[in-house]
Amino acid sequence: MPELAYTSIEIMTIAAARRLANSMVCFVGIGMPSAAANLARNLHAPDVVLIYESGTIGAKPSVLPLSIGDGELAETADGIVSVPELFRYWLQSGRVDVGFLGAAQIDKYGNINTTMIGGTYASPQVRLPGAGGAPEIATASKEVWIILKQSKRTFVEKLHFITSAGFRQGQSSAPKSADTAADCRPTRGRGPTIVITDLGILIPDPTTGEFTLSGIHPGASLEQVRAATGWDLKVFPHLETTPPPTAVELAALRDLHARTDAAHGSSIAER
Amino acid sequence: MCNQTRIFLGGNPGVGSLHRFRDAIQHGWPIPLEIEEHSHADMAARYQAGASGLPFAVLRGYVGSDIPKYNRSISSVVCPFTGEVLTATRALIPDVAIIHAQKADRKGNVLIQGILGIQKEAVLASKRVIVTVEEIVDRLAAPLNACVIPSWVVTYVSEVPGGAYPSYAHGYYQRDNGFCRAWDEISRDRVTFLQWMREHILDTEDFAGFRSSLPQGTMVSNA
Repeated sequence: MPELAYTSIEIMTIAAARRLANSMVCFVGIGMPSAAANLARNLHAPDVVLIYESGTIGAKPSVLPLSIGDGELAETADGIVSVPELFRYWLQSGRVDVGFLGAAQIDKYGNINTTMIGGTYASPQVRLPGAGGAPEIATASKEVWIILKQSKRTFVEKLHFITSAGFRQGQSSAPKSADTAADCRPTRGRGPTIVITDLGILIPDPTTGEFTLSGIHPGASLEQVRAATGWDLKVFPHLETTPPPTAVELAALRDLHARTDAAHGSSIAER
Repeated sequence: MCNQTRIFLGGNPGVGSLHRFRDAIQHGWPIPLEIEEHSHADMAARYQAGASGLPFAVLRGYVGSDIPKYNRSISSVVCPFTGEVLTATRALIPDVAIIHAQKADRKGNVLIQGILGIQKEAVLASKRVIVTVEEIVDRLAAPLNACVIPSWVVTYVSEVPGGAYPSYAHGYYQRDNGFCRAWDEISRDRVTFLQWMREHILDTEDFAGFRSSLPQGTMVSNA
């Protein structure tokens, strides 16, 4: 069979979608998390429960929403609750399996910055959109997945600002008795368990909590991944290669984007 | 002039950054903006405290986050029963809440349908409440368990068809995604932004004037 042509964003989205199981409850961020989650729902996980922070629980949009407040999320949801109820009864109570987040920047311990870069907090060089729901999604979900494009700008050794915590300072921030990443996790959940990028997959080292390369997408090289990482990237001994997208996966993803473009009037999602 | 803004997310649906907000924060244009930043869960809790007449709300928030370091409205409290340290966040009691809803009846009872957000909490937390509605009707005909804001907590109701524009009103009209995209260009540059503001906001009398200043066909008329 001839190899299919696809983009690095497509394989990133597909690699993330494959991990979402039919039985999961997933709190979804807008953008790439939402694209991957809805692709999974259109493929192998028709019953996955998608929660958007507008209060729509079990949303089943036919096209990707432009915002958490899109009307189709309400029309297709199993139920609509107020935002206070969503964050109290449904998130902070620990009912969410996967908090699925995008980020402007992450560091090697899976901390997320969506607040500011450079300068001071009061007078930043770059002001980012802000926290949204992420600080509590990142710490109240049973586990957290992060999806973002990998570059020296987005994968930094140390963040200017931690908006949403991962493993904070890794092992050094853990109690003295701690010897696993789980012991420096921010709350009762497992914290960030995977970072999916356009080049590969990173998972935390079980001892230090440091995000370490565990998989690489076909076409990307180890040198390329290292060059796109702002810290001295460690690599697991058995580096896996992501299986390339199947024809079915690619068709489903492109169909989802085509439907989305048609519904919203033009291209909105990166791919 | 209000130069204190409480935000929890600045963004343009499907497009990205709010350039004017960013310019104000990064460059102090047109005036320096003092911001107080909260997460969504925190803001929701603050409105709930305000609506409940309580001085603060409790949540399990901001664990490991830097946000509380820069915000004096966020503190912590020790649970008297378990000893757990939790986030305490100051109640929010706005001078005025302005919301848009689908319908009000002639007494001023308001029906909100679709995504509710924190509108009910914002209304009940605020000292005065202005509600704009798509239409004023003789009978609200609210379904059981519907979100109804009773007239006696509402200060003013005003019929403003299309009042959610460029966003949408569920059951009435769609969001104008084209406008949201166009706004990215209009607002990117200070000069084009000021021109647009003059033409469509400052030099128009009211919302009807704003509507008629837009290119024909921009706003779908009220169904």
